[in-house]
Amino acid sequence: MNFNLKIWRQAEGSAAGKFVDYQAKEIPAEASFLEMLDIVNEGLIARNEEPVAFDSDCREGICGTCSLVINGVPHGPGKAKTTCQLYMRRFRDGDTIWVEPFRVLAFPIIKDLIVNRSALDQIVEAGGYISVRAGSAPEANGIAVSKRDADLSMEAAACIGCGACAAACPNSSAMLFTAAKISHLGLLPQGQVERSRRAVSMVRKMDELGFGNCSNQYECEAVCPAEISAGFIARLNRDYAGSAVKEAVLAE
Amino acid sequence: MPVATLTPAPARKFSRNPLIAFYQSSIGKKWIVGATGAILFAYVIGHLIGNLQVFLGPDRINGYAQFLHDLGPTLWVIRLSLLLAFIIHIVATIQLAQQNKAARPQAYAVQGYQRSTLTSRTMVVSGLIVLCFVIYHLLHFTFEATNPVFRTLEDSHGRHDVYRMLILGFRKPLISFFYVLSMFLLACHLSHGFASVVQTFGINNSKISGIVARSGESLASLIFIGYISIPIFILLRIVH
Amino acid sequence: MATICDSKIPAGPLEKKWSKHQAESKLVSPANKRKFEILVVGSGLAGASAAATLGELGYHVKCFCYQDSPRRAHSIAAQGGINAAKNYQNDGDSVFRLFYDTIKGGDFRSREANVYRLAEISNLIIDQCAAQGVPFAREYSGLLANRSFGGAQVSRTFYARGQTGQQLLLGAYQALERQISLNAVKMFPRTEMLDLVLVDNHAKGIVVRDLVTGEISSHAGDAVILATGGYGNVFYLSTNARGCNVTATYRAFKRGALFANPCFTQIHPTCIPVSGSYQSKLTLMSESLRNDGRVWVPKRKGDNRPPREIPDSERDYYLERKYPSFGNLAPRDIASRSAKEVCDEGRGVGPGGLGVYLDFAESIGRLGEKTIRERYGNLFEMYHNITGEDAYQRPMRIYPAVHYTMGGLWVDYNLMSNIPGLHVLGEANFSDHGANRLGASALMQGLADGYFVIPYTLGNYLANQSGKKASVERPEFKAVEEQARQRVTKLLSIRGKRTVTSFHRELGLLVWENCGMARSAEGLQAALGEIPQLREEFWHNANVLGEGNDLNQSLEHAGRVADFLEFAELMCLDALDRNESCGGHFRVEHATEDGEALRNDDDYCHVSAWEYNGSGKQPTRHIEPLIFDNVKLAQRSYK
Ligand SMILES: Cc1cc2nc3c(=O)[nH]c(=O)nc-3n(C[C@H](O)[C@H](O)[C@H](O)COP(=O)(O)OP(=O)(O)OC[C@H]3O[C@@H](n4cnc5c(N)ncnc54)[C@H](O)[C@@H]3O)c2cc1C
Ligand code: HEM
Ligand code: HEM
Ligand code: SF4
Ligand code: F3S
Ligand code: FES
Repeated sequence: MNFNLKIWRQAEGSAAGKFVDYQAKEIPAEASFLEMLDIVNEGLIARNEEPVAFDSDCREGICGTCSLVINGVPHGPGKAKTTCQLYMRRFRDGDTIWVEPFRVLAFPIIKDLIVNRSALDQIVEAGGYISVRAGSAPEANGIAVSKRDADLSMEAAACIGCGACAAACPNSSAMLFTAAKISHLGLLPQGQVERSRRAVSMVRKMDELGFGNCSNQYECEAVCPAEISAGFIARLNRDYAGSAVKEAVLAE
Repeated sequence: MPVATLTPAPARKFSRNPLIAFYQSSIGKKWIVGATGAILFAYVIGHLIGNLQVFLGPDRINGYAQFLHDLGPTLWVIRLSLLLAFIIHIVATIQLAQQNKAARPQAYAVQGYQRSTLTSRTMVVSGLIVLCFVIYHLLHFTFEATNPVFRTLEDSHGRHDVYRMLILGFRKPLISFFYVLSMFLLACHLSHGFASVVQTFGINNSKISGIVARSGESLASLIFIGYISIPIFILLRIVH
Repeated sequence: MATICDSKIPAGPLEKKWSKHQAESKLVSPANKRKFEILVVGSGLAGASAAATLGELGYHVKCFCYQDSPRRAHSIAAQGGINAAKNYQNDGDSVFRLFYDTIKGGDFRSREANVYRLAEISNLIIDQCAAQGVPFAREYSGLLANRSFGGAQVSRTFYARGQTGQQLLLGAYQALERQISLNAVKMFPRTEMLDLVLVDNHAKGIVVRDLVTGEISSHAGDAVILATGGYGNVFYLSTNARGCNVTATYRAFKRGALFANPCFTQIHPTCIPVSGSYQSKLTLMSESLRNDGRVWVPKRKGDNRPPREIPDSERDYYLERKYPSFGNLAPRDIASRSAKEVCDEGRGVGPGGLGVYLDFAESIGRLGEKTIRERYGNLFEMYHNITGEDAYQRPMRIYPAVHYTMGGLWVDYNLMSNIPGLHVLGEANFSDHGANRLGASALMQGLADGYFVIPYTLGNYLANQSGKKASVERPEFKAVEEQARQRVTKLLSIRGKRTVTSFHRELGLLVWENCGMARSAEGLQAALGEIPQLREEFWHNANVLGEGNDLNQSLEHAGRVADFLEFAELMCLDALDRNESCGGHFRVEHATEDGEALRNDDDYCHVSAWEYNGSGKQPTRHIEPLIFDNVKLAQRSYK
């Protein structure tokens, strides 16, 4: 298969960027999107041109490293998959494909298609954990968790931290990510003690980092490779209001 | 399109006062927008029911208007809270919109929206047009500034003849058209607004979200049909 | 010769060793902990749990990883689960049984004392992770669920859907982030360790490259902990993440750390086969598929008919034929090797003849498509997404792929290498899995090392290291830094004609052919002849574009491939030296009459630990004899 690629090239964060046209020739239909870019890069190196920089690691949809916006859609066409799991047979021979980096203020561009997503780590740092010292944990079966809660918690915990939600959101809001993190822990009995503090400080951190606000557009849900439901945002909205009141009262 | 993109995040400051901090947070502000939106929504429904009495004849609607005026101080309380809700709603949504715009410094070259709708993405526009409408509407029917003759209309009981005012007002096709257009945008706003409030208040979940979205659309359509029936029926001289 | 490998196994009965050692280990007072700086390289299960726990204890910790976030370490990809001897099922499990299964699974090539400790600690791990909020699968009672995994006779595997590694790593990552927020740990993502710095023969620092700015700098500490994962990518194609590398451990090797059993690698039987030369990685399909799928190839060589047109009588269900009692559930190494055999005979299916069928037609007929969909729906979907084929309609094609490396840096009972101060955790060390790792035990080991072993044993080293932290201004640091810089300059100045990837691919194929599922003296010797040539060519003909002072992925890759090109030789050397078949190491010369692995306990019941002697020189082999007081060495049989 052959494709016309329009790829965003940007030497570094502070440099100007632009789209550059590349031809991807004789690409096997079984190749993944990233393998297609690998082939293009091999060709560039052969011509002594610098290859296109893009992030990837596991290449099986779990590490959350890959991060391209393909024809305007983070992780490209198709439901519930990452860029590394997108295969070229999904495209038509001769298609023109636009490849851009995530465009989110809180994810500054490092080079070409690579962005800095450490903002997501900072949100977790602000309270996305249960404080338990190694050695101080009670016997695991001492805390029963209803199957329903455990399953729902797992649904939220499945987030791979890719940041596509913020990239897809017209407001660049990381609300789906934050909601998933807060719900994962908030749904478990172990997570109750720190629940309100966690919700308030994680949301505060998200705001401080310059992500936008959620206006219920559900683009995030549509692109999320882990199929995190926007229902978790509703849960967070509810949780947050209660938590804010609780924290305000306790602060007195 | 060469553009540089290394913009530090604008520092968002938070007050130590928990109430103000709540308003400053993204979710807190959404609650405020949702709450004020819900109040306005309720008003829109109530106002519609009141206005539909025009189809029951002059006596009913003029009586209703008189009843409202006779409420005296209570009326002012309602009016002021509405005004306040309206102002807060507008201020908060505009602040949200500004922050949202700042969060995406550069647009995608191609945009591949999947789930959002034109309506959901244009809440500010639809909202602001509704604002223009309301201002005109108040000048039209409440302050009667556009048509001072309305002030002189009285019915046989000596009440303000709201019925006649409506008939005269909507006989002008241009005005009726403007009303219909505004009602359409209001309906758009409310269609997304309804589902939005449910989500903002945390009532939504993945099982009911489809129903909620459709309820919003249906409710908005009913409101739309209800409101436009008045100018249209008058314009078509079915009500006269 | 063996003195260099002093395993420091505590005396006393097996069950008492660890508690005794804990009681006797030296402590560092809280006031002193604050003065120690620990460098943790790696943020996978082993690294993140260690960094978080040490930070919690009061040490100053710096943690490094090459990914953009510690949460993306390769541990995230583990699917199946984690073992523990909780015996929640009341089915006869115990610490001893988990210990025994692990020793036997490793084909009697691991240390009793370490493995027993691992089994003991396994239960604490589950407690710790559950308390951290890892959403393990639950029963309706709200209690933890288990499944049986990897052919174990008891049900002892804890799991979180098919994402156990992810959830465990997130637990450790969250604990790590908490320590970061408390300033106990400083995190350096997108930072690659290039070398180890020794001061007075103690590991006192590392040299790293900031992968964004390209800056090469040093970090000094009181001890160094390597938790940098496995080296499976020496094969180019593997189920490992693209960035997995041998650089950190290999550099430590070159500074004097012993590399143990490098030839012990694990090949997983159920992966999606290679479909072309463009392919960048192999994807693992859960082993559970073998519960309901039947493995076969056509009886006739070169039979190209579509699978459904091949009548039953012309199919060879070779696992069922050869291993009637275990059939399709034969252990990983055996299933992998059998697949290779039939493909070598020219009976493989799919592109290039490198694949065997995993057929669900019979189960679908027996249980109905609905049941199969419920059990494996997501795996069938994944298969469909990657291959475009519908496994409900036609059999899946599978082929073995490199999955895990049991070899690693040699460590003693304290998880310290022969270089004082250099500790090695997780897949990066050689410690617990012998010649073959059982399913669901790598996660267990990584977390055991990080949460519960290193916090106790580190004190034994640190106790008399007070005030011995070196400054990065010392000449030792400057010298190593300079070497790292020169290497970068050298890589960038080759400007040859071939891409780095093409070298990596060629090397991978070479080791896969000769040091993969079946190894022969002849093949290994051939590889040992070719690898140096390829390395030579690399340094003259590789094309590494760009600069050293910014983000340069070609340069990163080139550095890793350069190390693989040296390491591969060590691996083949070890494989050639080990004149026996055991676990994942199968030497065709050492097989029983019907082709099964033949161990040689008289000559090879030991760990081979290799010492670097300088470039171009043959490394020295040291041995640590393995002594089995508590189990009887038995020949594995799965007939
Ligand atoms: C597909 C797959 C499925 C698996 N399933 C299971 C399972 O079900 N059960 C089970 O028990 N095991 C399983 N395993 C094995 C298990 O996942 C790994 O052995 C284990 O997670 C390794 O953990 P680790 O902490 O040692 O290393 P890793 O998780 O690999 O972490 C290595 C860390 O070191 C860092 N690093 C590496 N090199 C450098 C360098 N040069 N400089 C700086 N940092 C560096 C990396 O950034 C990373 O943070 C599976 C493995 C694979 C590949
Ligand atoms: C006058 C100008 C108005 C403007 C600029 C405006 C703007 C907006 C915007 C931008 C939103 C989306 C906020 C978000 O989700 O982040 C919104 C929501 C909403 N608006 Fe308005 N609006 C206006 C008037 C009205 C009126 C008159 C009503 C009702 C009669 C109304 C009802 C609602 C409701 C119910 C919501 C949903 C709140 C939520 O998301 O929870 N708005 N408005
Ligand atoms: C066809 C549609 C409408 C008709 C026929 C209508 C009619 C009227 C009339 C007759 C009055 C004057 C009542 C009086 O003075 O006694 C009035 C007042 C008002 N209307 Fe409407 N209206 C319509 C739509 C709307 C809409 C959509 C809104 C809001 C979004 C709105 C907001 C108001 C307000 C705020 C007042 C002033 C109420 C007060 O005096 O306190 N109207 N309307
Ligand atoms: S919520 Fe979904 S899209 Fe967002 S970071 Fe998590 S996995 Fe990615
Ligand atoms: S797309 Fe954005 S607006 Fe909300 S629902 Fe998702 S975060
Ligand atoms: S590379 Fe890991 S999710 Fe795509």
